[in-house]
Amino acid sequence: MKANRWYWAVALAIAIALPWLFYNWSTGRQSGFAVTLLSEVGLMIMFALSYNMQFGHAGLLSFGHAVLFGLGGYTTAHALNGIRGAELWIPMELVPLAGGLGGLVFGVVFGYLATKQRATAFAMITMGLGELVTAAALMFITFFGGEGGVSTDRVIEASLVGASYASPIQVYYLIVGWGFVSILLMKLQTQTPLGRMANAQRDNFERTQFVGYDPRLIRFYQFVLSGFFAGIAGGLFVILHEIVTFDAVAASKSASALLASYIGGAGGFFGPIVGAIVVVLMQSGVSLLSSAWLLYLGTLFILMVMYAPGGITGLLALHAPIVRIGRLGELIVPYARALLPAAVCLAGFVMLVELASFNTIGASQGKEFSFFGQALDARSVTTWLGGFALLIVGGLWLRAESRTFARTFNALLEAAKTEGGAR
Amino acid sequence: MEVFFVSLLNGLVYGMLLFMLASGLTLIFSMMGVLNFAHASAYMLGAYFAYTLSLYIGFWWALLLAPILCGLVGAAIEMYGLRQVHRHGHVAELLLTFGLALIIEKCVQMIWGLLPVPYRIPAELDFALFDVFGTQFHAYRAFMLAISAAMFGMIWLALTRTRVGLIIQASLTHPEMVRALGHDVPKVFTLVFASGTALAGLAGVIGGNYHTTDPAMAFSMGPIVFVVVVFGGLGSLAGCFIASILMGLLQTFAVVLDYSAADLLAKFGVTVSSSTPFAELLTIPIPRIGALLPYILLVLILFFRPRGLMGTRDT
Repeated sequence: MKANRWYWAVALAIAIALPWLFYNWSTGRQSGFAVTLLSEVGLMIMFALSYNMQFGHAGLLSFGHAVLFGLGGYTTAHALNGIRGAELWIPMELVPLAGGLGGLVFGVVFGYLATKQRATAFAMITMGLGELVTAAALMFITFFGGEGGVSTDRVIEASLVGASYASPIQVYYLIVGWGFVSILLMKLQTQTPLGRMANAQRDNFERTQFVGYDPRLIRFYQFVLSGFFAGIAGGLFVILHEIVTFDAVAASKSASALLASYIGGAGGFFGPIVGAIVVVLMQSGVSLLSSAWLLYLGTLFILMVMYAPGGITGLLALHAPIVRIGRLGELIVPYARALLPAAVCLAGFVMLVELASFNTIGASQGKEFSFFGQALDARSVTTWLGGFALLIVGGLWLRAESRTFARTFNALLEAAKTEGGAR
Repeated sequence: MEVFFVSLLNGLVYGMLLFMLASGLTLIFSMMGVLNFAHASAYMLGAYFAYTLSLYIGFWWALLLAPILCGLVGAAIEMYGLRQVHRHGHVAELLLTFGLALIIEKCVQMIWGLLPVPYRIPAELDFALFDVFGTQFHAYRAFMLAISAAMFGMIWLALTRTRVGLIIQASLTHPEMVRALGHDVPKVFTLVFASGTALAGLAGVIGGNYHTTDPAMAFSMGPIVFVVVVFGGLGSLAGCFIASILMGLLQTFAVVLDYSAADLLAKFGVTVSSSTPFAELLTIPIPRIGALLPYILLVLILFFRPRGLMGTRDT
């Protein structure tokens, strides 16, 4: 743990420094897009980590985690409006706690219902709750504001550090602060008896009962705590956007937490951080270029489920023994050889997807289809055949290449094992 | 009375459609333990395939071919997807189908567009069959009822009168024992998955033009089918049938009864005004709650009775 403290400090320093990379020194202004994007990344990291408290650490697959996030958001919006209305002096730095408490309270209610079951039944209950709350958000005007949502104003002129939170960069630092504290707390939680027992009941359900713990209670506490952190993220979301609508509780928001956790790697603590960055970059970056970003994300998810259940961090961790014996260099050539067929295969896939979406959505906008700067006729058969050819040739080539790659990789792993044993 | 009778018929039509979807899912879920999120996507694919096919070769050929195409898609998913992730456990299988459902919805949006497609009832069946208390009963509804009833009969015959059917029945309750007896369970899995998907596709073919064919139809139908499967109970097709019909009737009647809790209170002399506590909750008419009913039922059933109506084991 002692050595790890350095990483925390470095991570915090990077988070503080990042917006200044995009600072426009000639106009003296922050890049609005970059700051908002970084804020979104921060929120997604908190949201995905809180999701992983259930999914990765306790083995509870939830399809309704956004409910806790969104209800935390609605609570915060009402709290902010209440503070303005009553002219209370409550510093902005404490307002996200309202979201956390909202997430906690609703976590108690929904957790009581959902954690009675586990595995598939738990997944279905959370899905039902998610759909119920989404429908309720459109139905009840007083609390949810219907389709328009609840809007608020974050400038309440009360702060512990004298910030007005009128500019996005101040909100970003609020997110960094709360995010850092929450991540630290969530990390510490994994070392508490509760965190350990959550792992235990995930791995061996019967024995946990045998040892004398009530698995339902463990699930319940884990669910409620996860709700608290999701609620804080929701509160910060409201402070960032100054509005919360039913989208914040909807199924697609829940799905994004699942995708982020799984793609990043649900097994370790830090996986969802990587996944959250990937998901937000896809959401905000790729969506500028292509309307099919969700398809790419979904495909990445399926590939991960099929070939890399440990996620990105899991893949990296596979290399650890090879690094330890100092023979990572031998993997460079096999990786380079796999790179070209992978690129061909990817290009074919992207081309087909873009062709399809161009013909339904783009063509009506009167645009020309171009691929890597090359203008192509989206209606001609040759273009389509070209796409298929790239995909199939690349795919077959990649398969052949992956066989030799696997042989080298396994040989290195074997070597690492024997060397580790000899030591 | 007339409202009651018409709703009864409509509920029956809807219930039978649900059964076509849910029977496949019950078989898959009970045998393989996989909650197939992509099942409702097969329903959507069936409708879209039928729409495109009917433009070229007419509705009747589409009725035959679209379910077969869906069955092939299902077989491919089972053989190249589920079997691959099976060693990672049930959660991985569930996640795979979840990802597939996402992708299929996106693909449908890309190929056929975001708006509903004009998939219409065939002209041969576009007439009123008979009048019930002055309300017309459409011939297409009778056709849907006939198709679903025929399917129900075929499933029942296949499960009770054929050798494969008996193995499937045995695998519903004792999958390990069937494997131990030397039957090729993976092949049976593929068969069940493919035919379940084909049935869902067929439901899409006949349901898509009755309701609307749009990219959201899978995600709106999915939870309802899950409710039916859970309500009916794992490993029980009879329970699934009863649950489908009940669900169909429940949803149809909920649409017709335009009352709210406030109306009920008014009978007892309590008037609800905007200042009454929970006024919003009390004045919501039943048709609007009807849309929520599947989800409320899903949560309640799983909370109180995860075994369902006639299930042999917990969900």
